[in-house]
Amino acid sequence: MSLITRNGEKMPVPRQRMIFTGVLLGAWLVAGLLELWPSYIFPTLPGVCSAIWRGIDRGTLPMAILGSMRRLAVGYSIALAAGIITGLLMAGMSWFKNTFGLLVLGLQTLPSICWLPLAILWFGLSEKAILFVVVMGAFLSIALAAEDGIRNTPKVYLQAARNLGASGFGLYRSVILPSAMPTLLTGMKLGWSFAWRSLMAGELIYAVPGLGFMLNMGRELNDMNQVVAVILVIMTIGLVTDKLFFSVLERSVRSRWGTVRS
Amino acid sequence: MRIRSGEFVCLVGPSGCGKTTVLHLLAGLAEPSVGEVLADGSPILGPDPGRVLIFQEGALFPWLTVRANVEFGLRFKGVPKAERTVKVLELLEKVHLADFAHSWVHELSGGMKQKVALARALAVDPAVLLMDEPFGALDALTRDMLHDELQEIWGQSSKTVVFVTHNVREATVLGDRIIVMSRSPGRVLAEFEVDLPRPRHMADDGIMTIAGQVRAALER
Repeated sequence: MSLITRNGEKMPVPRQRMIFTGVLLGAWLVAGLLELWPSYIFPTLPGVCSAIWRGIDRGTLPMAILGSMRRLAVGYSIALAAGIITGLLMAGMSWFKNTFGLLVLGLQTLPSICWLPLAILWFGLSEKAILFVVVMGAFLSIALAAEDGIRNTPKVYLQAARNLGASGFGLYRSVILPSAMPTLLTGMKLGWSFAWRSLMAGELIYAVPGLGFMLNMGRELNDMNQVVAVILVIMTIGLVTDKLFFSVLERSVRSRWGTVRS
Repeated sequence: MRIRSGEFVCLVGPSGCGKTTVLHLLAGLAEPSVGEVLADGSPILGPDPGRVLIFQEGALFPWLTVRANVEFGLRFKGVPKAERTVKVLELLEKVHLADFAHSWVHELSGGMKQKVALARALAVDPAVLLMDEPFGALDALTRDMLHDELQEIWGQSSKTVVFVTHNVREATVLGDRIIVMSRSPGRVLAEFEVDLPRPRHMADDGIMTIAGQVRAALER
């Protein structure tokens, strides 16, 4: 079935989405009203809504969101700084790339949550252990993208900049890093999604307050409505970050470079 | 090869004869394997805003606006902000692109890009402008217009220009002197003085005559 109205015009995207969401929520509501499954197996729409409301009312949900976002922000910032520095080193010194670069490439194949047992042995069941996992999630892909972007700085930009008087740190700040931005951004986005996934996984085991912990709490209480409520919140945060942060950055890069959205 | 101060010299030759290498040596972006390159009597040791190269493809920075591209060299010279703003606007007016100050590079046509590259080079007020086939990729109409603009800008300044091209007529229109180079080994084959009144145009009779002689030297 094509989404074309009677007069042959394509339906606008917001309306497509509204209808889709409406149908989905309606079907969910009806399925819940039929009471086919017990409430700890099948979450109901009103139940999930009230779980969200309860979370807000008691303050546990905002606390969990803030806790998770704070961990993510700290971990991601560390990963971003470390990743860019490592990328610069790998691009600048071939021996570093040949040795440490191989390690980075190898480690990147490792799902970052695999660091959690190690982190717990090092740091105990603590904030630091979770932070370590988040940093390891984002750091590697940011480092690889930074290296790629920096190494592929068109030579002619460097020549032009040096000719106009740029050198040393100025060359990095005004030419090499901005020129690497499109590639770096891809790595930042990938790194963010790795960090977010490993944060949630890490928080399942231990982190108060945090969304992952709240999710696990729902399981322990056999409260399916809370589980689904937290899943929805986690999804929403992911979507909002993508739209508010990365899409804005990508749009800015696209408008400068003139590359068309693929 | 000697280039006098304030002179407009064109280097012509087949591709692969080392015209671009000569410019890179003069710009300090390459080092000679034998011999030396001197500027005002002292050897060229590296890039210097006193000798600015304009690349064939412009080499404008896509992450900066037109204005910021022109301003680039001034920032490294430590020129104060207010002064930079005035100077950039002045230069963009000179190349008739003031309306495009806030455009991104990809929004410009090929000819406009080269004019921005020229403005960016002029901003640091170099004594020597090195131009590497800057109009090679442009259509004939745009190129003729840029010939006029370049002759006018050069006429108002006292800059030395070394201009590389494989277009003999272009060299004759622009140059006070034409140096003809040969392919492997890259050597100077011949030199021609062009003593015609400016502004000159591609279709002028005098241009055609001298261009014919230059071409004959190239094909010898």
